[in-house]
Amino acid sequence: MRKSKIKYTNLGSKIKGAIVTIKELEKVDFIKKEIKKNINKDIMINSDKNKITFLFSEKFILESRNRTVEQSIEVVRKRVDESGTKEPTIQKQGEERIIVQLPGVKDPERIKTLIGRTAKLNFHMLDPTTVELAEQRGKFPPGTFKVQNSDPTAYEKEFIVKKRVLLTGDRLKNAAATVDPQTGRYVVAFEFDTKGAKKFAKITTENTYQRLAILLDNKVVSAPQIREPITGGQGNISGNFSANAANDLAVLLRAGSLPAPIKVLEERTVGPSLGFDSIEAGKKALMIGFILVIIFMILKYKVFGIVADIAIIINVILLVSMLSAIEATLTMPGIAGIVLTVGMAVDANVLVFERIKEELRSGRSIINSIDLGYKYALKTIIDANFTTLIAALLLFNYGSGPIKGFAVTLSIGILTSMFSALILTKMVVSFWVLKFKPNKIYIN
Amino acid sequence: MIINFFKYRYIAFGFSIILLLLSVTLFIYKNLNLGIDFKGGIMIEAKFDTTPNISSLRQKIDNLNIGNSEIQEFGDPQIILFKLESNSKDGQENNSIIEQFKKSIGENVDYRRIEFVGPKVGSELKMIAIKAILFSLIAMFIYIWFRFSGWQFGLGALIALFHDVISTLGFFSISQIEFNLASIAAILTIAGYSINDTVVVFDRIRENLVKSDLELSNLLNKSINQTLSRTFMTSVTTLLALLALYVFGGEVIKGFVSAMIWGVLIGTYSSIFIASPLIVLFGFKYNKK
Repeated sequence: MRKSKIKYTNLGSKIKGAIVTIKELEKVDFIKKEIKKNINKDIMINSDKNKITFLFSEKFILESRNRTVEQSIEVVRKRVDESGTKEPTIQKQGEERIIVQLPGVKDPERIKTLIGRTAKLNFHMLDPTTVELAEQRGKFPPGTFKVQNSDPTAYEKEFIVKKRVLLTGDRLKNAAATVDPQTGRYVVAFEFDTKGAKKFAKITTENTYQRLAILLDNKVVSAPQIREPITGGQGNISGNFSANAANDLAVLLRAGSLPAPIKVLEERTVGPSLGFDSIEAGKKALMIGFILVIIFMILKYKVFGIVADIAIIINVILLVSMLSAIEATLTMPGIAGIVLTVGMAVDANVLVFERIKEELRSGRSIINSIDLGYKYALKTIIDANFTTLIAALLLFNYGSGPIKGFAVTLSIGILTSMFSALILTKMVVSFWVLKFKPNKIYIN
Repeated sequence: MIINFFKYRYIAFGFSIILLLLSVTLFIYKNLNLGIDFKGGIMIEAKFDTTPNISSLRQKIDNLNIGNSEIQEFGDPQIILFKLESNSKDGQENNSIIEQFKKSIGENVDYRRIEFVGPKVGSELKMIAIKAILFSLIAMFIYIWFRFSGWQFGLGALIALFHDVISTLGFFSISQIEFNLASIAAILTIAGYSINDTVVVFDRIRENLVKSDLELSNLLNKSINQTLSRTFMTSVTTLLALLALYVFGGEVIKGFVSAMIWGVLIGTYSSIFIASPLIVLFGFKYNKK
């Protein structure tokens, strides 16, 4: 609009669009056409006399939101990686939320500020007018605004900065915390990419002896005087940094800025002692329950009980090793999943054994009964497990956090228990019957 | 020995209807003891070096002026669980509350767990949980319908499932055990267990439908009896494992496990007394040979 020199007033923006009032009525159609052509096809434009309303389409809003979230995840991931945290998980959840899980972090506060900072780095020129002077005059020089110093203890609390952004942090190639040999203080040394370096050279040539204003998240971190043109594309930010602060800022600059601010909506910190205690108690209780089940099975089914126990033990070993392979942590839902799995493994075996018992009672031979027992039970086991598997898959799809973990445990458990009951025990039982040829078997 | 389960169907239906009405009433009037997962707020578990005086702790928290709070002993007199109300959406503000809290409680405390959930996330988590449960119930209904070639089977199983889920909610309400994301997992486990039980009985019914020419109600009864020892065995073993968890699993897990124990009992009951008799009630017909 500025380009085609059309006068406008009242540029207001609503959540999903903008309203502009145009002074020259005859140009309304021209503007509509221009915007359609040049800006974006996904903007719906309506006009009422000289008032034009722009509305972003649902699709456009959705897409740009998705893009923002994706980019944010990328930036957060880089920051977490650069901070040296081990085994992070970073996932998108819902429409505009990100879950970050960091095991073994000693200082959660520091990581949180590191993740949450927008870290938008902008280079402006400082206006030579001081704040006091402007306030005395009652007005600021045109095209400038007041910015606070990021270091509240500094001598200059506020600056007057020219609005125009000369260069942004996107053009940075590298940043690192170092010690300035002259002052002995921590500074963040940065380096622009080729394009940025050229621009920086131009700025510093044109504005020699003036002061640059380096703004981080709309606060001045540094306002150095340009003593000479800088053509190498390198520079220092010298705030009043501690070693950690300089390091963190370097990490932020290397990882890039967030496309949108992040708010912490949910936070869970588990101290190492609780993690250990509750997992130990959970493990112990699971083991005890497990041993009870094993003893009970032997008491009830004798030799077959031992066979079932072998299946259950292998089942749990399989489940636990698979869970640790995918690095799932033991949580309450996880324990529920394991209990249900043990239950199902027992169930599968019980189904088979009870069936064998029935067939024996109806007067069939041992081998025949075992055969039929497995055959009939197979259908039941598959039906029962498949129904649960369907539910587990849906839960995985729709669930979040712990529910998802439960679904994973359950799905793996279903598969391992089907395998152990149908293939493993059948092999063991067949082997036993063929080898010892018992003429009577006791199941009950 | 054959037990005539079918004879008791109306008693069972009556019992279940009362159970469900009771659950719903409880749910409305007493509600669930929602944890911060669904309500939002701050939860802090702290272990003190020496047994703290709860009323002096309460005094300290009240002095902070941060709204309602709950303070309770958690399994061990040295371990205290604090729940602080917080309507703030902003992580920053919550952090400052947590900082104030730590300052006023003082040193010599091991913070074992600090959780904070914003209110918006809480209501979103609630929606996700409801959606996940509903979808999986419906999917199981459809699968059973097709697999057993009769909507009566599907609907019978579905009603039995709802029966278990609703009465478990009633259990959570009457016991006032904290309802959180883990509770959702408990409910789902119960649903999985119950559907497993139901399918085993249905499977036997299907098999008998082909082989036998009994009248439907007798056939159902026979099928339930044939699978009874299996039903009993599986329930007992699962209960054994759960009891061990209840006794030895520690405080965090107790509420969760007691809900599961309830669920195993109710799930076993519903597959015998509710799911199968409903098939007859819905008028399932089959062609006798």
